[in-house]
Amino acid sequence: MTFALALEQLLNGLQLGVMLFLMAAGLTLIFGVMGLINLAHGSLYMVGAFACAVVAAWTGSFWIGLVASLACAAAAGAVVELLVIRKLYDRDHLDQVLATFALILMFSEGTRWLFGSFPLYLDIPPLLQGALPLPGGTEYPVYRLAIIAAGAVVAFGLYMLISRTRLGMRIRAGESDREMIGALGVDIRTLYTVVFALGAALAGLAGALVGALQSVQVGMGEPVLILAFVVIVIGGIGSIKGALLGALLVGVTDTMGRFLLPKILALFVPPAQAGMIGGAAASMLIYIVMALILAVKPRGLFPAAHA
Amino acid sequence: MREAMIVTRENLINLILAALLLAVPIGANWLGQPFYITLATRVAILALAATGLNLALGLGGLVSFGHAAFFGLGGYVAGILASHGFSGEPLLFGFSGTNQMWVIWPVAVVLSGLVGLAIGAISLRTSGVYFIMITLAFAQMVYYFAVSWPAYGGEDGLSILVRNQFPGVMTMRPMSFFLICYVILLVSIGLFALIRASRFGSALQATRQNEVRVATVGIQPYRIRLTAFVISAMITGLAGALFADLNRFVSPSMLSWHMSGELIVLIILGGTGRLFGPLAGAALYVAFEYALGGITERWQFFLGLILLLVVLFARGGLLGLLAGRARHG
Repeated sequence: MTFALALEQLLNGLQLGVMLFLMAAGLTLIFGVMGLINLAHGSLYMVGAFACAVVAAWTGSFWIGLVASLACAAAAGAVVELLVIRKLYDRDHLDQVLATFALILMFSEGTRWLFGSFPLYLDIPPLLQGALPLPGGTEYPVYRLAIIAAGAVVAFGLYMLISRTRLGMRIRAGESDREMIGALGVDIRTLYTVVFALGAALAGLAGALVGALQSVQVGMGEPVLILAFVVIVIGGIGSIKGALLGALLVGVTDTMGRFLLPKILALFVPPAQAGMIGGAAASMLIYIVMALILAVKPRGLFPAAHA
Repeated sequence: MREAMIVTRENLINLILAALLLAVPIGANWLGQPFYITLATRVAILALAATGLNLALGLGGLVSFGHAAFFGLGGYVAGILASHGFSGEPLLFGFSGTNQMWVIWPVAVVLSGLVGLAIGAISLRTSGVYFIMITLAFAQMVYYFAVSWPAYGGEDGLSILVRNQFPGVMTMRPMSFFLICYVILLVSIGLFALIRASRFGSALQATRQNEVRVATVGIQPYRIRLTAFVISAMITGLAGALFADLNRFVSPSMLSWHMSGELIVLIILGGTGRLFGPLAGAALYVAFEYALGGITERWQFFLGLILLLVVLFARGGLLGLLAGRARHG
């Protein structure tokens, strides 16, 4: 029984990790190529979730909603890049932080304006409802397994895109020397818009996928955004590989910490106290892990060559 | 200090700002409008918190996105000491609670300094975007701890039943409490000016402008920065203790990353690195909040829009607009 429970928690951790990867990949790509820190990435996650919930409610199909979430988040990303972000590439990080912080205020309040303060709900599509048996006698929801699979597919796709295609080649070139590829005749302004929209689409996808597990509401992107920051700091800012490993590490550590710490403490102190201290300690665990990693490697596990 | 003696346009504007902040509550008191006194107290406290951050961000160029940790910590010190003082239950190690501000303030300052030392020691090993994200992450750690630790209200926060006491002052009177905050703000701004003009301040500003040169003349940038970060945390922590007493309530929202963002916004609205930038920014921010909040429920949207426009088109903030560019880059 305990083994089955631990396995279930491990899968939950993986699922969280995969979600974080979708967020972190976009953030780290945008930083790697454009040198931009984008706080509004969580807002794009929220846009994806709302688009999916609204379109799924109209059409009755989760799948159309999912396509809409990708399209809407990418479009929102492209518009934001053209109107605002483009002016920030030459600015220092402080200006970037402030401008994207301002964007969060506008996105959050704007969404509340359009959809009200009540959360929307998104149903898991019929195809992915139900549960699969796990070894040890418990069951695990198919939908969560599907999220893990989707994350793996996206990670592989991103790898192929970056290492095998012309666009990927340009992205890599942009990471190593921005001015040079501009001088070589690549239209870097368009490249930047494409990269930003790609990152936005990944965030939107994450939002839509998680939207069916939780409620879709304003502010849903912020906790995920901060976890994604922890992920890319651990992994090394600018590194997709670092983002993947960091995301899995953070996802599993967080979930297993919440599950195990109270149980371990219960061996030493009364259960009520163990729950309280364990819960509080578990909520701090990933930050402690981050601090330890940074104490040893200040630039993260896989530091990008430049930046 | 020499520079502060000269009557420049900026010094004149600073004087007017300080006088205005005093005049508004006096006028409000006279007209029997205590609400505006509370608003002015809010301005003074936010300006104090931002003055602390301005030391790290404005002078040292350390973009801390986690100063809410110190602000909230100061707030919780006030709240926790007051609640123990009220209930009579002893704290850790046999210390008892208290409702005396002159005890609460040093505790808030020292604790914020210690936490600032721990966070700074790790965060300052990095720079640039890493530093921004790490300070943010550490503040979130403190935030989640406050949310998940049920002893002091957890997510619901902690009320301070009666505003804490200061010998010889009726702190429950809005005007008296405002004056306490006002004096502390002016003292801190004076301290900021002293630090900026000192050898330490010069070294700090030099680390922002050119780290390598500072190291070449034999000064360790890390130590200078860490010292600045700790002092900065202390001032912001003190502001937090006052803020908790103003609202007679402290909750994890004081620790949230929105708070950290707001503190940076205050500095930018006023003018980065300027002596009275935080005060100008805080006054502008509270005025926006109040004016826009009166017109539309969606004031945050317009606040975001204004902020975006300031960042994109009006660098230098309010003081930059009124007093011209800062003479030190």
